[in-house]
Amino acid sequence: MTEPPLLDIRDLHLSMTSFDGEAHVLAGVNLSVRRNEVWGVVGETGCGKSLTGLSISRLVPSPPARYLGGEILFDGRDLLSLDEAGMRNLRGHRIGMIFQDPTTNLNPAFRIGEQLVDVALAADRRNPDILGVAARAGWRTRRRAARDVAVRTLAEVGITDAAERIDAYPHEFSGGMRQRVLIAMALIGRPDLLIADEPTTALDVSVQSQILALLAGMVRDHAMGVILITHNLGVVAKACSHVAVMYAGVIVESGPVAALLRKPSHPYTRALMASIPTSGVRRGELKGLPGQVPNLIKPPRGCRFAPRCAQAAEACRAGPPQPVDLGGGHMAACLKPGPAAEAA
Amino acid sequence: MLVLERVSKEFRGRRSLFNSGRTVSALRDVSLAVDRGETFGIVGESGSGKTTLTRLILRLDMPTSGRILFEGDDMARLSAAAMRRLRARIQIVFQDPYASLNPRMTVHDIVTEPMLIHRATLGLDQRTRTARAAELLAMVGLAEQHLHRYPHEFSGGQRQRIGIARALATGPAMLLLDEPTSALDVSVQAQVLNLLHGLQQRLGLTYVFISHDLSVVRYICDRLAVVNRGEIVETGQAEDVFRNPANPYTRMLLAAMPDLPSP
Amino acid sequence: MSLTAPPLPDHSAREITAPISASGQAWRRSLYRFRQSTLSIIGLILVLGLLVIAVAGPWIVPFPEHVTGSVATANRFRPPSVAHPFGTNELGQDVLSLVLAGTRVSLFAGLAVVLAGAFVGTVIGAVAGYAGGWVDEVLMRLSDLKLTVPGLIFAMAIAAALGPGLVNMVIAIAAGWWPGYARLVRGEVMAKKEEMFVTAARALGASPGRILFRHILPNVMTPIIVKMSLDMGFAILTVASLGFIGIGVKPPTPEWGALLSVSRNYMPDFWWTAIFPGLAIFIAVFGFNLLGDGLRDVFDPKARR
Repeated sequence: MTEPPLLDIRDLHLSMTSFDGEAHVLAGVNLSVRRNEVWGVVGETGCGKSLTGLSISRLVPSPPARYLGGEILFDGRDLLSLDEAGMRNLRGHRIGMIFQDPTTNLNPAFRIGEQLVDVALAADRRNPDILGVAARAGWRTRRRAARDVAVRTLAEVGITDAAERIDAYPHEFSGGMRQRVLIAMALIGRPDLLIADEPTTALDVSVQSQILALLAGMVRDHAMGVILITHNLGVVAKACSHVAVMYAGVIVESGPVAALLRKPSHPYTRALMASIPTSGVRRGELKGLPGQVPNLIKPPRGCRFAPRCAQAAEACRAGPPQPVDLGGGHMAACLKPGPAAEAA
Repeated sequence: MLVLERVSKEFRGRRSLFNSGRTVSALRDVSLAVDRGETFGIVGESGSGKTTLTRLILRLDMPTSGRILFEGDDMARLSAAAMRRLRARIQIVFQDPYASLNPRMTVHDIVTEPMLIHRATLGLDQRTRTARAAELLAMVGLAEQHLHRYPHEFSGGQRQRIGIARALATGPAMLLLDEPTSALDVSVQAQVLNLLHGLQQRLGLTYVFISHDLSVVRYICDRLAVVNRGEIVETGQAEDVFRNPANPYTRMLLAAMPDLPSP
Repeated sequence: MSLTAPPLPDHSAREITAPISASGQAWRRSLYRFRQSTLSIIGLILVLGLLVIAVAGPWIVPFPEHVTGSVATANRFRPPSVAHPFGTNELGQDVLSLVLAGTRVSLFAGLAVVLAGAFVGTVIGAVAGYAGGWVDEVLMRLSDLKLTVPGLIFAMAIAAALGPGLVNMVIAIAAGWWPGYARLVRGEVMAKKEEMFVTAARALGASPGRILFRHILPNVMTPIIVKMSLDMGFAILTVASLGFIGIGVKPPTPEWGALLSVSRNYMPDFWWTAIFPGLAIFIAVFGFNLLGDGLRDVFDPKARR
């Protein structure tokens, strides 16, 4: 409880410049992640969830991106003021990343093992505990140790016969297996924070549930903090302890998964949940969300959701609503939070 | 309306001098019958043979064995002219609204093209075609002023509406919906699903809805078939299958489904 | 919300009212990307300048009579001066006039070569890529055959057979120019053939001709145009090379390569007779290459770097 958060994003503002102008794509994102927490960051296309993830590992190309304000504290250090060399020390070592497409993120020309060994050797330069060999050991010894680490990690992510399959090429693996390899790659450096951007979107549901279970096990075993970026609330319900709902560059609602899904308090969260067909809904009665995502070059004044919100009032357009604590860490950035006046 | 009788499809691997080519069986003995006016779901994961099935129904490929009957006629025995007429009766909406519209054609050209290709059957002149295109756009929730724009100017949901308008252009009796919402955000998916449902009510369409998303299938389908590795493992009324899945594969799929907790 | 199913989602109309950029916007956007690169602008300026000179040639040339072949031997080998900024040549002709007049010849010849090559290559490549099978096999082996002979040697052989003259030279070069386009177009067509919108057209029952001309070819035009503009420089260079060797255009037609060919005998003493035609070739090749790169960035920003 008193332990400081592993990651603390404070009032992060990011803009992107294009031909059309400067879009304010992240407008005051606040998020803190502790060890053993799995934060689901959900939202629809263009809400800024991936940019939030990429900002943490400082992988947003700049220009066109520009940080307008805020800080990203990782273990107390502000990542935004760190230089590229400092950042490289953290990436893959203390901050691991997994991306959506397991096919394009593995080099097809090299065996799985070689790619993992490279990662292990690189990680060992920063943390000699990883290979557990003496600093003056020859490269042959180091390589052998790195290979052992690779086999062990592959086994850990549920690849059977890891010792043999380590010499396979990526194309010999199925999509689910490749995603496991990427997870293994991210885990080799023993990161404290794992950022997974839509790790199961390209996979079949049956494989998806295996990968999610695997992630949950990893968090338990390594006391990591995880940010799981997804568009699927079902995945959040299944795999996360906490959730942050993003809309147009703002976290509109956040908190423990159980509380938030039981009592969605921001109108956007409710609309999102009502869009998902569930067993009770009769055909033709699914509620979509009227309107379109706002143009972030000229964002709506005040609450960014107001133009599409059924309950918007004059006050909503005055200024961005501040997050309100609804108890137990459940926050909603809405002037009228709560399971409010649901239209009959 | 659409009947598949013991349809199988094998693909022969590439043959070379020293290798007679291995045959890969994509579909085995698939039989199903779709009734007029219903929504029939075909559920399966990647590699289950869903795509092959749509290509066979559209006659982009021929089955290795078995028969496909549409409105009582065996597709394999139709004359070229009859086949052309039949193409106007079955239309498809594709999964990816970004890739399935020609980026160099205006919405007008995209929506009128089917009428142009089938002008022998439909007998519509240029002016009628344009008028009908405007009508179709209104039907799917777009407006006439969108006729002269290009696909890239629209959002994913709007593009899928254009795809639906194109599919309706020839006045088909059946729509093959190949994962029509899986590339869309959920709030947009809800709109498109409701649009499809509304169109079905209004035009009396028959839908074959192909999807891997069980919650969507449950919402939109009357009956469904679960496909695994080229075989139908279970078929029945949608609600029955969800309540009492008989096949272990179906049960596994249902268990893996990431669902929201019921409120 | 209502309990009965509405025929249309009630909010659809609102979704649409959001302003959608007019298609003029697309142009402005391309222009913006083009302007991002100074080099493409330089290329564009150079090419436009050449075009102006080519069109206005006869009217801006200081000594039109020199272009048509009259000589002024009294004025031989005058170094650059105010009257003759580029000096005069061995016949006393004004080099500036010859170089300016040569712009039209070189540009026309280059353009004709590229257009002919691109047209033939596109047709052959499109047929090969779309038909596949043995048609593809035959056409592509044919183009491989062309690629085995160096382009210049091939053009020299044909030009020698046809005899001198501008048109013959264009035919000679273009005859060896199409395989590059054929390969490019074949690859593009094969890739586009698998696109979903082509499958969509097939499912509609569209004829092969319709699919190829309405759906596939319009989508492969951009790489062809980019290649054409990149090729222009090289085509001009090839024309000049033939002229230099003496197989192409013969004097008195003022062709840059031919000018260079004559003046090499007087190097280095009368350097101006060679330097200026050479510079003109350099500027043309450079300008078209920069422009081509710029166009590629506009059409396909991902290909950058």
